[in-house]
Amino acid sequence: MYKNILSSIPGIELYPILALVLFFGFFSALIYWFFVVDKQRMTTLSAGILEEDMPATSSHLHHPIEGE
Amino acid sequence: METTLHEQDFEKGSRELVRYDNAIVKMFAVAALGWGIIGFLVGLIVAIKLYVPEFLGGIDVLSYGRLRPLHTNAVIFAFAGNAIFVGVYYSLQRLCKARMFSDLLSKIHFWGWQTIIVSAALTLPLGITTSKEYAELEWPIDLAITLVWVVFGWNMIGTIMRRKERHMYVAIWFYLATFLTVALLHVVNSLALPVHLLKSYSMYAGVQDALVQWWYGHNAVAFFLTTPFLGIMYYFIPKASGRPVFSYRLSIVHFWALIFLYIWAGPHHLLYTALPDWAQSLGAVFSVMLIAPSWGGMVNGLLTLRGAWDKVRVDPVLKFFVVGITAYGMSTFEGPMMSLKNINALTHYTDYIIAHVHLGALLWNGGLTFAMLYYIIPRIYRTKLYSVSLANWHFWLMTLGVVIYVIPMYWGGITQALMWKQFLPDNTLQYNNFLETVTQLIPMYVMRSIGGTLYLIGACVGVWNLYKTAKSGSLLADEEVYVVNQMRVQAVPSTAHKEYWHRVLEGKPLRFSLYTIAAVLIGGVVEFIPTALVESNIPTIATVTPYTPLELEGRDIYIREGCYTCHSQMIRPFRSETARYGDYSKPGEFVYDRPFQWGSKRTGPDLHREGGKRPNAWHWKHMENPRSTSPNSIMPAYPWLYTTMLDTKHTEGKILTLQKLGVPYPEGFAGRAVADLREQAKQVAAGVEEGGIRGVQPEQEIVALIAYLQRLGTDIKKTAPSTSMK
Repeated sequence: MYKNILSSIPGIELYPILALVLFFGFFSALIYWFFVVDKQRMTTLSAGILEEDMPATSSHLHHPIEGE
Repeated sequence: METTLHEQDFEKGSRELVRYDNAIVKMFAVAALGWGIIGFLVGLIVAIKLYVPEFLGGIDVLSYGRLRPLHTNAVIFAFAGNAIFVGVYYSLQRLCKARMFSDLLSKIHFWGWQTIIVSAALTLPLGITTSKEYAELEWPIDLAITLVWVVFGWNMIGTIMRRKERHMYVAIWFYLATFLTVALLHVVNSLALPVHLLKSYSMYAGVQDALVQWWYGHNAVAFFLTTPFLGIMYYFIPKASGRPVFSYRLSIVHFWALIFLYIWAGPHHLLYTALPDWAQSLGAVFSVMLIAPSWGGMVNGLLTLRGAWDKVRVDPVLKFFVVGITAYGMSTFEGPMMSLKNINALTHYTDYIIAHVHLGALLWNGGLTFAMLYYIIPRIYRTKLYSVSLANWHFWLMTLGVVIYVIPMYWGGITQALMWKQFLPDNTLQYNNFLETVTQLIPMYVMRSIGGTLYLIGACVGVWNLYKTAKSGSLLADEEVYVVNQMRVQAVPSTAHKEYWHRVLEGKPLRFSLYTIAAVLIGGVVEFIPTALVESNIPTIATVTPYTPLELEGRDIYIREGCYTCHSQMIRPFRSETARYGDYSKPGEFVYDRPFQWGSKRTGPDLHREGGKRPNAWHWKHMENPRSTSPNSIMPAYPWLYTTMLDTKHTEGKILTLQKLGVPYPEGFAGRAVADLREQAKQVAAGVEEGGIRGVQPEQEIVALIAYLQRLGTDIKKTAPSTSMK
C-alpha cells in the first residue's frame, strides 16, 4: 500500500542502491584503513593521555587509594 | 622520545601555565550525587506502589503515573546528565590541556541545568506533561533545555578550539557526537504548538508521532546514556589503570560504526505496531548489526586492563568500571536480541524491558559514574579515598542489588508474556482475566524493590564515602599545571610524517562535527522522510473522526495522570491479543492522536478497544476504588477526579490549536466547544447514574475521562461517519 507513495518520489529506485553503496563503501574503507594504518602512530596517540601534566605547585597529592 | 621533545619544547618557551577548573567539576559531582539519591528513592517508591497500590495513595502529586516519569527523568537527566558533565568538564580540560572556554558559560550551564531539573521536579508531579517518554517536559522547559544545551556545546567546542594538544583524543569525539545528536533529537522530537504556558500539542500525530518519539527515545539511550559514557570509559580506564587503550584503531572504528548504526534502530521499539512494516524491518536489521560496534567498544574497554587485572582486585575504581562495562556488554547483547521480531513478541510490554534498562542504567551508567567519582574526588581534593572498605561495600551492594533486581524482572516478564499467550484446547484464553497475569508477578515485584533498596543503600554509602573524602582534603579549585602548547611547537621529526586522514579530521573540530552529523542524519532521514510522506496517505478510515471537546479534555486527564505508563493503546496482530482485546490496531485510527498514547509497558491491560466494553458506572466505581470492580487489582484509586471540577477555560484554545495543526473541526466549532462539552457531559453523567450511582455531576473530571475511555477504539466499529461533531 506504500508503493504508491514511494513510487511518486523521483529517482526512488536509486535510493536503496545509493544507501547500499554508501554503507558498504564507508565500512569497506574503514576496514581497509584499519589494516593499513601506521600502528606505531596509533600506539603513540593512545599513550598520550597517560602523560601527567607537570604541576605548577608542589602541593599535589595523587594517592587516591589507601596503600597504593 | 616524547620526554626529550617536551624538554626541548620547554626550553623553546612553548611551555604554558594552565589552570584547570576543578570547582565546576565539584559542582556537577555534588548535583549528580544529590539528584541520584532522589531519583533512586522515587524509583523505590514507585516500585513499592506496584504491590502496595495505596502506598502514599490518595495524593494526586504522589500517584504512580505522575511519579514514574519523575523517576525516569531524575535518573536520566539529573543523575546521569550531571555525571556526564562531571566527566566532560574534568577530562576535556586535561585532554585539551586548556581550561574550559568560559567560566561564565560553565556557571550558566550548571545553574541552567539544575533549574531545568527543579522545573521538572515541580511540573511532573503536577501532571504537567507531554506524555512522550523521556521527553515529558512542556515546551517552556524544552526551550530552556535547548538554550542550556547550546551553552554546553559552545563551552565545549570553544575549549576544543583553544586546545594545546594537536590530537583530539577519542573521548572527545564521543562528547562531540553527544552534543550534536542530542541537540538534533531534542529539537525534532519536541516540536509542538502551545495552547498556553503549560500545555501543548505535538506537531506530529499517531504513527508519525510514534516514529519520531522512538527515534528520539532510542537515541536518547544511544547519545545520552551511551556515547558520553563511552567517552568517560576511554578517558578514565587508561588513567585509572595506567595502561593505554587496548586498540586505538578499534576505538576509531567503534566510534564511526556506532554513530552510523545507532540512529537507524529506533523502530525496534515499535515492532508489530501500526508502523509500516519496512520501517520495522529496517530498525530490526540495524539493531542486530549494532552488536558489532557495541561489543567492539566493550572489548576495547575490558582489554585495556590486560596485564592490570591485579589492580582490579584492589582498586574500587577499576572494579566499578569492569562491572559497568560488563553490564554494557550484556545490555547491548539483549538489545539486538529483543529487536528480533519473534523475541520481541514475547518481551515487549513486559517487565523484561524493565530488567534490560535497569541493567544498563544501574550498572553501566551508575557503575561508571561512581567509578569516575571515586577517581576524581580524591584528586581534586588532594587526598586519599576516605575508605576503600566502604567503597567495596558499595560495590557489592550495587552488584548484588542489581542481580536481585533484574533476575525476578526477567523471570516475571517471560512468565507474564507466556500467560498472555496461553490458550486452552477449546481455543479460549487460559488467563482471560488480565489480573491473573499480574498477581502472579507480585513476589517478583517485592524482590525487585529489595534489590532496589540495596542499590540505594549502596549509593548512600558511596555518597558518604565521597563526602568524608572531600572533608579530609581541600578542594584544589584551580589546578595549575605546565603544559606544552603543541599547536605552537614546530613540526618535529616524530610528527613530521605523513598525516593520516583521521588525524586531519581531528585537527578540524568543525569539519569533524559536520561528518558526525551527516553520519547521524542519514539513518534518520531515510526512515523518517517516507513515513512523513505517507502522512496524508495513511490508509484513511472514513469513520475515524476527531475527539469531541469532552473526550479531548478526558484524554488530557489521561495524559496528566500518566495512564500510559501502565496501559498501552496498541493491539498487536496476534491471536492472543485479538482474542483478549479485540481487533488489532490500524494506523488510520490514530490520525487525531496528539501525542500518540501507544505506551511501552502493560502493567494493566491494553485500552485501545476499551470503548463500549463496560458501562459508565463500572469505570466510575473502578477509578474510585479499583478493587471494588477488580479484586486484587494493583491500580491506585483516583479520588481527586471526583472532587475536582473540569476546567474548561482552555477548551476553546485547545480546539483552535488542533485546528491549526490540521485537525478538521468545523469552522467556528471552537466557539461552541464548551457548550458541546457540557451537553455530552450530561449524557455521560446520566449513563453513570443508570448504573445505580447517585449524585453524579457532569462537571466532575471523572466524567470527561469516562467519555474518553468509552470512545477509545470505537470509530472503526461505526458503519457511517460519526455525527457526534454536529
